[in-house]
Amino acid sequence: MRAHNSIAALICPTPLPAKDAVVLGHGSGGKLSAELIRDVFLRSLNNPVLNRLDDQAIVKIGGSRLAFTTDSFVVKPLFFPGGDIGSLAVHGTVNDLAMGGATPLFLSAAFIIEEGFSINQLRRVVDSMHGAAEAAGVEIVTGDTKVVEKGKGDELFVTTTGIGIVPEDLILSADRARPGDKVLLSGSIAEHGIAILAQREGLEFETAIQSDSAALNALVADMLLASREIRCMRDPTRGGVSSTLNEIAQQSSVGIELEETSIPVREEVRGACELLGLDPLYVANEGKLIAIVAPDAAEDVVRAMRRNPIGAAARIIGMVREDNPGTVTMRTPLGTTRIVDMLAGDQLPRIC
Amino acid sequence: MKYLDEYRDARIALSLAEDIAQSAVRPWVLMEICGGQTHTIMRYGIDELLPKGVELVHGPGCPVCVTPLETIDKAVALASRPEVILVSYGDMLRVPGSRSDLFGARAMGADVRVAYSPTEAVKIARSNPARKVVFLAIGFETTAPANAMAAWQARREDLNNFSMLVSHVLVPPAIRALMTSENNRVQGFIAPGHVCTVMGCRQYEELVRDFGVPIVVGGFEPVDLLAAILALVKQLEAGEAKLENQYVRSVSFQGNLPAQQIMAEVFEVGDQNWRGIGMIPRSGLHLREEYAAFDADRIFQLSELTVDEPTECISAQVLQGLCKPTDCPAFGLRCTPENPLGAPMVSTEGACAAYYRYRRYAPAREETECGPTIPSLR
Repeated sequence: MRAHNSIAALICPTPLPAKDAVVLGHGSGGKLSAELIRDVFLRSLNNPVLNRLDDQAIVKIGGSRLAFTTDSFVVKPLFFPGGDIGSLAVHGTVNDLAMGGATPLFLSAAFIIEEGFSINQLRRVVDSMHGAAEAAGVEIVTGDTKVVEKGKGDELFVTTTGIGIVPEDLILSADRARPGDKVLLSGSIAEHGIAILAQREGLEFETAIQSDSAALNALVADMLLASREIRCMRDPTRGGVSSTLNEIAQQSSVGIELEETSIPVREEVRGACELLGLDPLYVANEGKLIAIVAPDAAEDVVRAMRRNPIGAAARIIGMVREDNPGTVTMRTPLGTTRIVDMLAGDQLPRIC
Repeated sequence: MKYLDEYRDARIALSLAEDIAQSAVRPWVLMEICGGQTHTIMRYGIDELLPKGVELVHGPGCPVCVTPLETIDKAVALASRPEVILVSYGDMLRVPGSRSDLFGARAMGADVRVAYSPTEAVKIARSNPARKVVFLAIGFETTAPANAMAAWQARREDLNNFSMLVSHVLVPPAIRALMTSENNRVQGFIAPGHVCTVMGCRQYEELVRDFGVPIVVGGFEPVDLLAAILALVKQLEAGEAKLENQYVRSVSFQGNLPAQQIMAEVFEVGDQNWRGIGMIPRSGLHLREEYAAFDADRIFQLSELTVDEPTECISAQVLQGLCKPTDCPAFGLRCTPENPLGAPMVSTEGACAAYYRYRRYAPAREETECGPTIPSLR
């Protein structure tokens, strides 16, 4: 034991060993995910389309530009307020296509089912997928099922893959943000993440918060009708608004400055975040989009968004700047500025 | 949101900042004790609103940061036993031990679960009679009552598969240690509002008396902190040293008596090792003899683990308010939240993590006596 005032002899913690196993943070959508993609996937699979790291690949086949994307869903619980794993799997893939400006057309669905899973529940999931697909105007045209032994999976995992058509002259990409552009957000944030968290085992926390899970393709179509001066669109899912904006700032080599007071968070979501010590900027959304839009077109696009019920609360939350490239900053209500960092892994609830 | 929005009101905050600028004639060094307060200061840029002479240094009040390395190593070792379910508050999982953190242990197959309340760990023990449930009971006086309640419940129910790995720390002995340290620069303290909600103000009155240092019990919102800073500056300029309570909406002089009672029933005060600071006499809470059956240290006969650590991390100086995180040559380079060298970079309440998260872009730097430089606060 050391005396408290012998500073020279104080303890200093050691570095962590190099990560040689996957940890949950690798799936958080934050910096660890980005490292995994870079060090494992891009290292081997590297090609110009993949290297863009957009939510969807855009490839030319014959005379058409096809958007192509895939996403796996492992949400717990399977059924949550505002949706379930089935509708979420449809919305997620439809949205990834829509963010590339594509009209989503066809989906595939693959199911990994744990032995013993209730057929009735599976039916509910598949019915919900059908409903979501119909509402979004897409068809699920192929699929696969695998059953794994009890204990070798967690009830049900769903993977959806989708294709859509992108207009010939439309290019939306995270590297196209330019200083002066406006940052648009389609509505209030953090609802999906908090709805899921409130349902999780061990958290005795009752709320009426519903997931915002929704298909965004109709909203995107309205926006593109209003203006083609949209540089990029992203749905801020895992990692939340902050991770998405950090990716855009980095890929476009620009700074992004947000106005804290302009970011809509519903009262009950804000309360839940306060209680749990979470920052809504890092909490997942499943029915919101961020668009970077040329300054002159921004107001038109916001107006178009507001006419669609899903974009009723759309607004400008910030702008793209030349300074601090690769960095997202935020003007606080006090007029000071702080960084909005990309988290390493998942947000951890604070101890007190 | 009631009780929050009015304490984040920009108009009130800026007018308090103006009052501070008017009141501060001489330079003063103030310390906020609690990591939650540090977080608010960084998040809202409170220090940017202060006049040049008023310097805030960040205290040791992040429970995650000061939990000794040995405790983390013991937790990892326990978690790695197949019969053990280790239950912990979320932000302990990423704190580096000497070989691994709890996330790493979990990735290697350990059963590590996150709880929001220690009584959840008791529930887990009840429903897993064949497993041994260990709760990593850390924190200041804020978490101590709930942790005590878990042990009390377990004892009442005669749960023989529940225990706690305890590393509890107390604020007043830490302030005492800081005040008697030969390097102390702190001239006034913002006492931690939530600790005082539990413990009341009496112990802080003793500190004011013993050291002639002004202490203001402060809250956690921008207006709370600016009001506490103003009160400290006014006292210092007037040559006064009193205890004031700015956080009256939560803190009473007596504190929460039932909470103090359950703490006293389950815990006793003892010497405690603080990560980054060292041993502070009578600054910890240990399970009483009557609760020996629930003390993981005694049940599992964990040997004292001692580890040599490299010297680059300056968390010791940071936790004592002697240096700013940005004085550290490793800050943001070899030490980041993904690869923390020290605990203050891990928890969101850690000073290093707060600087990393909110303040990395600050380009201008000025000389201090601590290390090479710190960033300009203006």
